[in-house]
Amino acid sequence: MTTSAPASAPRKRRALQIPTRLDRRYLPVLGTFVVLALMLIVGGTRYENFLTPAVISNLFINNAHLIVLAVGMTFVILTGGIDLSVGSVLALSTVVTAALLQAGWPVAVVIPLAVLAGTVIGLAHGVMIHYFQVQPFVATLAGMFFARGLCFLIAPESIAIDNASFVSLASWVQIFGEWRMTSSVLIALIVVGLGFLVLHFTRFGRTVYAIGGGEQSALLMGLPVARTKVLAYVVSGTCAGLGGLLFAMFSRSGYSLTGVAMELDAIAAVVIGGTLLTGGTGFVLGSVLGVLVLGLIQTIITFEGTLSSWWTKIVIGVLLLIFVALQRILTLRRT
Amino acid sequence: MRDVLRHHLFWPVAALVALLVANTVARPSFLAITVRDGHLFGAPIDILRITGPLLLVALGMTLVIATRGIDLSVGAVVAVSGAVALSHIASSPDPESPVTVLTAIGLALALCVVLGVWNGFLVSVLGIQPIIATLILMTAGRGVAMLITGGMITTVNSAPFKVLGSGFWLGLPVAAVIAFGVFAVVAFVVRRTALGMLLEATGINPAASRLSGVRSKTLTWTVYTASGLFAGLAGLLISADTMAADANNAGLFIELDAILAVVIGGTALSGGKFNLSGTLVGALVIATLERTVTVLGISPLVTPLFMALVVIAVTLLQSPRMRERLTAARRRQIAVPPEPQPAASPDSTEVKAR
Repeated sequence: MTTSAPASAPRKRRALQIPTRLDRRYLPVLGTFVVLALMLIVGGTRYENFLTPAVISNLFINNAHLIVLAVGMTFVILTGGIDLSVGSVLALSTVVTAALLQAGWPVAVVIPLAVLAGTVIGLAHGVMIHYFQVQPFVATLAGMFFARGLCFLIAPESIAIDNASFVSLASWVQIFGEWRMTSSVLIALIVVGLGFLVLHFTRFGRTVYAIGGGEQSALLMGLPVARTKVLAYVVSGTCAGLGGLLFAMFSRSGYSLTGVAMELDAIAAVVIGGTLLTGGTGFVLGSVLGVLVLGLIQTIITFEGTLSSWWTKIVIGVLLLIFVALQRILTLRRT
Repeated sequence: MRDVLRHHLFWPVAALVALLVANTVARPSFLAITVRDGHLFGAPIDILRITGPLLLVALGMTLVIATRGIDLSVGAVVAVSGAVALSHIASSPDPESPVTVLTAIGLALALCVVLGVWNGFLVSVLGIQPIIATLILMTAGRGVAMLITGGMITTVNSAPFKVLGSGFWLGLPVAAVIAFGVFAVVAFVVRRTALGMLLEATGINPAASRLSGVRSKTLTWTVYTASGLFAGLAGLLISADTMAADANNAGLFIELDAILAVVIGGTALSGGKFNLSGTLVGALVIATLERTVTVLGISPLVTPLFMALVVIAVTLLQSPRMRERLTAARRRQIAVPPEPQPAASPDSTEVKAR
């Protein structure tokens, strides 16, 4: 008790400083948050029925799979790597789910298998990247082609999912007043929570940040660099597998061509969420905000009605530019 | 024999030969070239023609990668180039006139140079990482292409423009002549002047090369501009082949194919030493791979899987770890002077020394 008194005094002082001097690391995330808030305000004033629980609920429901992908991608990018395969792995997972359910396998077996498919591909990436020193870009590019090819091998055509227990799982919904939460949103939020806990409260999480900050230094500090790097890709692969499951729940089908270029959305979300592509700086919650910004662009363009769909791409490009320039200014000032 | 095995082009050429042999076994007439109407016909000629656009894009990519960069936007630039050229031809009163076609080509290439300059500006002046800087144009570029075509697939009929895609010159496909011609000129300029060495210097150590008087910034800017220009030219060849500007699908994944061609050719993505002849072989391997799939009767849907296996095999064989193993095995047999360590390892040797 006696030792806690002096310890709490500086902590109090630090708490008082927060409003005047914010930690630089939070600035990009704060920027994302401001953009999100601005978009909500602009949308709310321009269109009727924009700021309604239904629209916000749908924002989460439509992007649950992307949230999960972005969480996995955050781990990989924090280590300074990249994972280009997530879109294809997502498709593979939907196809595995649909094909196995069609073959009459029980749901309790199919779901772990679909997620495991992603885990195995992630493990292969990790091994190629760490033990064979193949650049992450090339290794995951090969993985992207591999998973996409495997999809077509399993099922060239779209397979509808009509398994009763899977459908009932997918259509589970919790309603609070006008707010709706489907099972996929619940799973996505759990993944976000887990990602947050793992990154900030475990040794693995701290090692991920350390590797991104400087792999050589992490190695010299005696941190388990090899294991952590491989695990980061395993996390991303698993998230992609899980994302595929969520997408299968959302679309009630498995199709080889789902998720083409979805890896770019995931990377864009992570970058907009304030994570540096060089690694070491960034937050899972920022990536979630990034996904919401991307989703909101789609929503606004739908509400606008007269805007053509290609404006989505242009706006995402412009937003990327703004955030990258912002990050650049911040890092320049730090050094 | 050992020298052959160690040559940097051994594995890519082996892959190419293996593919050609597989094709010839499956279809004995595969390598036959016939003369019809004064033009050469046959599968090898066809492979040369489809290599054209990929070779151009991979050429720009090699130069960019040599400076430690990467250009993800080339696919989008291909789409923009086709969109601009065909929209101009479609909206002109006389689509058949050579003047219209030349103006269209000029406009398209000029815009692509601007896009390349933009990438170069982001990378060399603002200092943004190349992968993100070009990611911006990769996402926005297709949107711009759709803006130009109005979201439709623009189709035109114009004989002079069609020549670019399916014409013949001296019996060879015009697309191949243009691509291989540009490749030869660039290879000559880069390797017969100091330019190539300066590019490698920039890639190996930007700071050191700047301190020793190399204009790294200008060089970086130049390679992105060149990459944009070559991608634009590739876009013209692709759109002239189909005579349609499809903003969504023109040049889709060509950036990945080009990066693969560069990597298969033995240029490391970490920059520095680059290898134009390797890129040429790499582009031929990928184009042949695409043909092989149809010749062997593999469903085109499984092409990605097939491609992944080839890429994994080649990259693993080229990986530093495998090379170490191979050289170690050889060293045990005969005392060979140790190979210089790859660029990535000075840090680790330094650590060991401490």
